Amino acid sequence: MLSDILRWGGKRPGQADPAESAPAARGDTLVPSKALPKFLAAIAHQSEAPVLIDLGPVIGANVSFFGEQLGCKLFIEDLFADYDRHSRAGTLDELAAAMEKRFRHTDGSVDGILCWDVFDYLPKATAQALAKQIVRMLRPGGSVMGFFCSTAAPVKAPFTKYEIADEKSLRHRPHAGAGGAKHVLLNRDIIKMFEGLVVSDSFLLKSNTREILLKRRS
Amino acid sequence: MWKRDDAAKPSAPAGQGPAPAQHSPAPLTAEPTSRPAPASDPQRGQERTVVNIGKSVVIKGELNGSEDLTIEGQVEGKIELRQNVLTIGANARIKAQVFAKAVIILGEVTGNVSASEKVDIRDNGSVDGDIAAPRVAIAEGAHFRGSIDMQKGGASPKAETKAPAATASAQSSGQQTPAAAGANR
Repeated sequence: MLSDILRWGGKRPGQADPAESAPAARGDTLVPSKALPKFLAAIAHQSEAPVLIDLGPVIGANVSFFGEQLGCKLFIEDLFADYDRHSRAGTLDELAAAMEKRFRHTDGSVDGILCWDVFDYLPKATAQALAKQIVRMLRPGGSVMGFFCSTAAPVKAPFTKYEIADEKSLRHRPHAGAGGAKHVLLNRDIIKMFEGLVVSDSFLLKSNTREILLKRRS
Repeated sequence: MWKRDDAAKPSAPAGQGPAPAQHSPAPLTAEPTSRPAPASDPQRGQERTVVNIGKSVVIKGELNGSEDLTIEGQVEGKIELRQNVLTIGANARIKAQVFAKAVIILGEVTGNVSASEKVDIRDNGSVDGDIAAPRVAIAEGAHFRGSIDMQKGGASPKAETKAPAATASAQSSGQQTPAAAGANR
């Protein structure tokens, strides 16, 4: 009996080492999200088969999550890939114009848009062009979820992605790509940029990230 | 002293293909292999046949079938295996509308993929097109560009179901290969 305890280092056989399963071991950070449950509730009220746009990279866990939770139609429009392509080609100044033709969705046809932290990396003109497209595509009653940093990173910051762990928490992980400078958008800039939408909820996390939910009035 | 119990030695299940030593590497033509159905399989007792389409095979046209199929070659057009599993191998290049019960993607697909059960894009798998399936799994490292429709009630493929008659045209040195013929059964 004692030899068994010594042999297994005080752990029961088959018991997992917490350090091994900790998210930090993979470079992940588990962050709580107050906006996500509200976003989900807002979308679920919209229609039986909602249409969502994800502006971040494709993440299998998120696809499965939204499929199970909402039974939705999800469009992946990876703007990080676009940014990366333009950045490598040295044509970042053309990204704003590219936004005009980027989305195939008709006006008022989308129930929800997941922006994650994509706005942090966009130059002001591109951010404005994207916001205009978001307002155009969003259906009355539709919601937008975006995360906005509070600290600028003028030098290239690596891209990150958010993987949904559960309804109330996200795994913040590094994402492949060249990365880019991060810009801070003030609350008033966000409100002005998304003219036609109203801020329904705003949360400041301990990480100083602002989670903002915007809504188009029904 | 430590005599091995020969009776306990696992014997090869009936109907299994030849031993690996006798197996020809990289099949260029269709190679229908049968394996016993697993215990959980609804078609218990029946043998499920898996057909392979080799790397060098190019099929242009419509591919229908009622067997599980693994493609390692190129297909352009349409693939329909409504009751079966389609595996798109790591070497496969597909430019087609795909309809199957389940689709496992390790290679490249350009076109819409529709499954009544599941679409599984594995690591290094790539899809440029829209997916419609009740369950979709995308591995890290997979490429996907398009939309995913997981609306409750399952996939609703737009194409009409056609008669199970063979309609594939295969092009490998200008001839229809047994691969396509096997897949068309």
